[in-house]
Amino acid sequence: MTPAKSKLGLSKPKTAKARALAAEIVAPVQEFIDKHTTITIERATLRLLGADGANSDGIPVPNLIAQQCGGRLSGGAAVYYINALTKLSKTPAELNAEIAKGLDISKIELTDLKHIQKKAGELVKGLDARITANVSHRNAKLSQYKANVRSPLIYVIVATGNIYEDVKQAQSAALGGADIIAVIRTTAQSLLDYVPYGATTEGFGGTYATQENFRIMRAALDEVVDKEKRYIRLVNYCSGLCMPEIAAMGAMERLDMMLNDSMYGILFRDINMYRTFTDQYFSRMINTAADIIINTGEDNYLTTSDAVEKAHTVLASQFLNEKFAANAGMPNRLMGLGHAFEINPEVKNGFLYEYAQALMAREIFPEHPLKYMPPTKFMTGDIFKGYAMNTLFNFVSKATDQGIHLLGMLTEAIHTPYLQDRHLAIENALYVHNTMEGFIDEIEFKKDGIMARRARQVLDETMEMLSQVKKHGLFTAIETGMFAEIKRPRDGGKGFDGVYEKSPDYWNPVEDYLKNKLGVKAAPAGTAR
Amino acid sequence: MIIKPYGDTSNDGAVQLSFTLPVKNCGRAKEAAKLYVQKLGFRKVDVVHAAPLSDEFTFFVAYGKTEVGIDYDKVEYAEAVDKYMSMDEVNDFIKTHFKRKIVIVGACTGTDAHTVGIDAIMNMKGYNHHFGLERYPMIEALNMGSQVPNEKILAKAKELKADAVLVSQIVTQKDVHIKNLTELIELAEAEKVRGKMLLVMGGPRVNNKLAKELGYDAGFGTGTYAEHVATFVVKKLYDRMTTAK
Repeated sequence: MTPAKSKLGLSKPKTAKARALAAEIVAPVQEFIDKHTTITIERATLRLLGADGANSDGIPVPNLIAQQCGGRLSGGAAVYYINALTKLSKTPAELNAEIAKGLDISKIELTDLKHIQKKAGELVKGLDARITANVSHRNAKLSQYKANVRSPLIYVIVATGNIYEDVKQAQSAALGGADIIAVIRTTAQSLLDYVPYGATTEGFGGTYATQENFRIMRAALDEVVDKEKRYIRLVNYCSGLCMPEIAAMGAMERLDMMLNDSMYGILFRDINMYRTFTDQYFSRMINTAADIIINTGEDNYLTTSDAVEKAHTVLASQFLNEKFAANAGMPNRLMGLGHAFEINPEVKNGFLYEYAQALMAREIFPEHPLKYMPPTKFMTGDIFKGYAMNTLFNFVSKATDQGIHLLGMLTEAIHTPYLQDRHLAIENALYVHNTMEGFIDEIEFKKDGIMARRARQVLDETMEMLSQVKKHGLFTAIETGMFAEIKRPRDGGKGFDGVYEKSPDYWNPVEDYLKNKLGVKAAPAGTAR
Repeated sequence: MIIKPYGDTSNDGAVQLSFTLPVKNCGRAKEAAKLYVQKLGFRKVDVVHAAPLSDEFTFFVAYGKTEVGIDYDKVEYAEAVDKYMSMDEVNDFIKTHFKRKIVIVGACTGTDAHTVGIDAIMNMKGYNHHFGLERYPMIEALNMGSQVPNEKILAKAKELKADAVLVSQIVTQKDVHIKNLTELIELAEAEKVRGKMLLVMGGPRVNNKLAKELGYDAGFGTGTYAEHVATFVVKKLYDRMTTAK
């Protein structure tokens, strides 16, 4: 996978310098993260300890507990849940039912801390067993069916709004050759400050992410896995106001990938930046523990801004995402850094720029399973031209050894994909990928040709941008529109009121477990109980 | 004048179709596809391709010829504007006739998070080398972004005394855009701002005809650039101003 030497003549010292700049930019943000928790981190913690279900109004049990805790969330919600389990001698399922009926567990007097910690130890052990079993199952299947793995992995989306229709389309796509199925979420779920409960059949432009829907789709894909003798990966969206909770559900239900970006929510969903940074850290620890590959969202920079002029914003964001993820203990092999094929098809030599940028990403991030996104912005109702554009995209993806290849749909500009649109997209990709299997090793580039110059220029512009961001600090850089030309004030956006400074006695046994498992350094002294 | 599709000779009525049937791929399925296309009214039907999508679905490509024609002279459709102006012409037009800046507020409303349409029209950069409204010196443009509730965009439009409101709807599964667009009109009527500001809608599943039916002043579909919307807005405002006098 790792190219022996750069075909584009990229300077190693320069990429090292860019990484150093990213580390300096991330450091002060990480300092903030380490001192804070959020309402959804607390709910994710509760979920991982067993809190589940919803009351008759559909309010999830983790939300009910968080409401009961109120300002006390700054000390962590786990203690109240575990205390209730201990004092009432109930299983999580029994306690969840009581909470759904109205029991306020925050009012129960705390028992001896030793009992609570002992119970926490048991629950965490159960959690670890569940996550470890999921990882082992996946690894066993991957290794059993290793012979049938193709590269890049073919990724398609289903988006019917009805989980049972999604199942039909996902199974069809997987049988046709898709390796990865993403169930896109209903529009606006990212802005809900709760995760709905149960199986759902009504959504717009996508299907609600719920733990039950995860389970249903996982089981459906597992049927295909043994039939096709290929492991089929399941993806959902670990973003928005419930980022860590989605991570928790995915870890428990054996999802394989999660869309998960350190800044996407801030820029494109107007979620508060403190909230997002804190949430992405906790969610990435969960994803890492469950061996879930994240997909970052750099493609969005290019749908908002010009893909030629702003190519460096993608690379800059990749460096930042890489550092944020590394801080959460994530290894490179789980970082599906995003980018996209979005140059205007009318640009002369646009294909060469796309090719150069994709190869540049591959060379700078050699161990990362890069997530490559198809043309969307310049797709039109001319499905035939769209199909041609997707063919070139498929070519570049194979020629640069991308890891995760999201297929373009010829009807991208028209509607959510028809069954046949997905089939045509898979046929196109399989044809292109097969016919040029050995291409990457055959080709080299002119030392000072268009492509080498383009890649060097983007890297230079990236260094310049990272220097500017470092000078101002990331918070100010976002406030002044340095990313995606979108300005977000640091105290604005959704979810700011759900950010809490950790109190000196903050206690979270799940966080301790994750940090211990991943070898992430513990938060500064004075924060452990 | 009666017209029919042109394949490779005048009035041959040749049409290309592709579709999926919920049956396993087999000879019977292919025959069913042929009969189905015949039932749609096509003659000389040829099913040229059949491929399984799973054990339960088969994809077909078919050709057929139709006897159905249409009288083109009787087709009615009014474009929002007959002739479009360039960015510079729009600016000159505003300077000459209004002597003030025109205020335009836009957003992707309801639950829709896809700003690619409104961005193409409003953002400085525009789309495909056509500058967006923010670039127009004589237009004060505010793009409120995605998932803006109808109430909020109207409130902002009132606050800024907007001359026009642009509403974009991209994700249109199950016709959710119709419901949302209708709600905005009802709200505008309730708040008595209808008629005071132009209401313009845009999106891939939208055209001027649908816009008029829903009560908007105009609608723009795919292939629209900022100057198209700007031309409509300034000409319509000018018409209203001059007829009011």
